[in-house]
Amino acid sequence: MASEIKNKSKREPLLHIVKRDDMAWWAAWSIRILTILIITFIMCLISVKLTGYSLPVIFEKMFRKVFGMIELGRLKMFWAYLESVAILLCLSLALTPAFKMKFWNCGAEGQALMGGLAAMICMKDIGGKIPEWLLFVLMVVLSIVFGMVWGVLPAIFKAFFNTNETLFTLMMNYIAIQIVKYYLCFLPDGSNKINPETIKHGMFPGLGQNNYFVNIAVVAVLTIVMFIYLKYSKQGYEISVVGESQNTARYIGINVKKVIIRTMLISGALCGVAGLLLVAGADHAVDTNTIGGQGFTAIMMAWLGQFNPFIILFMVFVIKFIELGMVSVYTNLDVSFAEVIVAIIILCVVGCEFFIRYSVKFNHRKKEGTV
Amino acid sequence: MLAKVLSLVTRAIPLAIPLLYGSTGEIVTEKSGHLNLGIPGIMYIGAISGVAGAFLYEQSCGNNIENMNAVLAILIPLLACIAGSVLIGLLYSFLTVTLKANQNVTGLAITTFGVGVGNFFGGTLIKLVDTEVTSISLANTSHFYKYSFPFVDKLGWFGDLFLSYDFLTYVAIIIAIITGIILNRTRVGLNLRSVGENPATADAAGINVIKYRYVATCIGAGIAGLGGLQYIMAYADGSWSNDAFGDRGWMAIALVIFALWKPSMAILGSFLFGALCNANNYFTGYGVQAQELFKMLPYIVTIVVLIITSMRKKREHQPPESLGINYFREER
Repeated sequence: MASEIKNKSKREPLLHIVKRDDMAWWAAWSIRILTILIITFIMCLISVKLTGYSLPVIFEKMFRKVFGMIELGRLKMFWAYLESVAILLCLSLALTPAFKMKFWNCGAEGQALMGGLAAMICMKDIGGKIPEWLLFVLMVVLSIVFGMVWGVLPAIFKAFFNTNETLFTLMMNYIAIQIVKYYLCFLPDGSNKINPETIKHGMFPGLGQNNYFVNIAVVAVLTIVMFIYLKYSKQGYEISVVGESQNTARYIGINVKKVIIRTMLISGALCGVAGLLLVAGADHAVDTNTIGGQGFTAIMMAWLGQFNPFIILFMVFVIKFIELGMVSVYTNLDVSFAEVIVAIIILCVVGCEFFIRYSVKFNHRKKEGTV
Repeated sequence: MLAKVLSLVTRAIPLAIPLLYGSTGEIVTEKSGHLNLGIPGIMYIGAISGVAGAFLYEQSCGNNIENMNAVLAILIPLLACIAGSVLIGLLYSFLTVTLKANQNVTGLAITTFGVGVGNFFGGTLIKLVDTEVTSISLANTSHFYKYSFPFVDKLGWFGDLFLSYDFLTYVAIIIAIITGIILNRTRVGLNLRSVGENPATADAAGINVIKYRYVATCIGAGIAGLGGLQYIMAYADGSWSNDAFGDRGWMAIALVIFALWKPSMAILGSFLFGALCNANNYFTGYGVQAQELFKMLPYIVTIVVLIITSMRKKREHQPPESLGINYFREER
């Protein structure tokens, strides 16, 4: 053992890693964007092999799926794309304050599902019995409360007992899924599936061709509000201090427990809003797959967007474009490959972060005998 | 009464074994300080690699069980499964150990990747190979995997209770026991635990932190991948259907907490989880709806354990100190 260590210390490694924080923002962003472009291109080449389409056809399919016949003034596809962006963005925004606080909220899926369930209960079981405006108020309030409860439970235990929040929030997802399954058991026809046609009340109105006007508008406002909240408000400042160092926060008189619980109330509430938008503004139904893993994608988006709402917005636009586009390319084979491509891109971007935060230096070879 | 207990156990164990594989693998990884949230994806990858291996072998034998060699029929999927999942483990450790990427984000991306790959190849393997079968059904390979002791029938309840399972079930328990011994009784295990508790100290003591983290993550991934294969071959009778594996990977991660990072506890815990998953079959008096509520039990139990351990703050029940934190030597 001892001689092994001795031998090793003689050999100097070829390279070593140094931390750096001096990279200009434009250099960092060109690395990230180049990574995305290169990987997307490689994925398109692989798609040529797998599907048999030529490269221009793949690009056209992706473009058409996202933008539709935009030059003819038919914007339906484009609005649908914006709607999917809005939902993922809303979930990412919800997670951002929690992550900034280094609270790993992996429960967006469950929190949003509970919000959606609350909206569904209002629409299906209360709709028609009370005035429409009251129904909308009730939906908003209940969705937010449901999401909040699901988010704040792990936060309370984290604040008082330092319970591991990653695992707690993960488990809450599956409890939420079971509750939705339980709810679906009570459908009168016993089909375990809500037919969107039968829902008559509490649907968000559209605007012209745009069926998803409310969703897009709400999330657009939320993006700006969240940016201001994180950057310019006192609470946003407290969040970043708690995230950097809880001891510093305590030292300067921040009530850490209060900040954790308050931030998770906001996070859960926004997830609830995402669920509400998804159910009342788009799906008009709820099932266990309503959120469809977007809660997890949102975690990655919030991270890739570096907790800045506008960068997150950009990232969500890019990732959703690729995902939707690839779905249309792979409809003949299997659409799961769109997920794989998105995951590969995220893995590569996460990996390329290394070259932004660290630099690799080669060690100059020294002559024998010198130290 | 005896028959009831018997059916409880014999139905719980097949559900328990994939979880046991997953959580043993995750314990090994977490002991090195890496919270691998990619385990659900890795179990999918393990399953689909094994399925692909078995599928190609069955094709080469003309789908005829008489042409198949029992040893090859078991070894090919087994090795394919281990190779596939170790490869993903390697990818995860390259990203988190060498490139120091965030563990949660990397893990979740790996899970998305793994589930996607599983479903993609599960759906397209047939189209790519261009045969006339309509869905992947590996009944022949499954037959070899489910081969159990020939004298079980003669042993009555004893045989049913202890000897009626496929060989991967016993392998899972043996792996868990061996893992426990290595972690707690050997120098390698001590080193591994020290890497997970305080990598800087371990590094100063001359332990190669990077090597330990790589190897632990890859071995953990390999073990977890077997869980996917066991599920397909023994529980699902060799038929692949998309998303059938479900959330078992997350349950395996939950089980790690439930077991307090002890492989021997994971064995008991997995049996309990298996029984809880089946609980709806025993409490039949509450109607169909209540079954969905009973299915919550494993998750609620995990949360309760999580809360109790964090409240009691007992030292030996805590997660590894540096769990989820990447190690960079030059950082203070």
